[in-house]
Amino acid sequence: MIGYAVIFAFACLSLALGLNLWRLFRGPTIGDRIVALDTMVINAIALIVLIGIARANAVYFEAALLLAMVGFVGTVAYCKFVLRGDIVE
Amino acid sequence: MIALVAEIVVSLMIVAGASFALIGSWGLVRLPTLMERLHGPTKATTLGLGGMLVGSVLFFRLDQNLWSAHELLITLFLFITAPIAANMIAKVHLHSLRAGDPPDNAGPAGTPPPPPGAADWATYEAPHRDTPVATSET
Repeated sequence: MIGYAVIFAFACLSLALGLNLWRLFRGPTIGDRIVALDTMVINAIALIVLIGIARANAVYFEAALLLAMVGFVGTVAYCKFVLRGDIVE
Repeated sequence: MIALVAEIVVSLMIVAGASFALIGSWGLVRLPTLMERLHGPTKATTLGLGGMLVGSVLFFRLDQNLWSAHELLITLFLFITAPIAANMIAKVHLHSLRAGDPPDNAGPAGTPPPPPGAADWATYEAPHRDTPVATSET
């Protein structure tokens, strides 16, 4: 039963990543692209957690934790660059 | 019997989490402007990823008989950082509207009205005297 749930979740997350990619290319403003990238990171974390469940391997959570940290820093750095024209002032 | 119940709960958590992630991304595509689009992915962050992580905690308890707290760390970190990222993106939106974006990008609610009192929104103002930002730029 968990196997079917995992297949369904893989399909949902792939579709979600495709929708995010559409918003990333479409824009129209730069803020929309930042939101799309932020959401892509969230969905990628969910995908990594799901791969960990599918393979029954707990090591994948370290990768998910790292991506959670780096994704947040990336979003804030992008916003800072748009707001101030510089990241580290 | 308990194993069967646990398996059903894990499956439900995974399905619910993936559904909310999909709904959040659909909201990102469907909603009209940036201020509304910020609303959709919050569902993917909290309910979607939260459900997926709770499902994986229960799955590893069921499958390998171990409790792992890593998932809760991820949840905690995301719950702390999501509002900060949303605040920064909203500031980008306000400043791009102020810098002359087409006004229809303001969305149904329009640009936010100025706050009561003499001061403008804090993000529009120059740094005040003797604050850390002002003193670091001298």
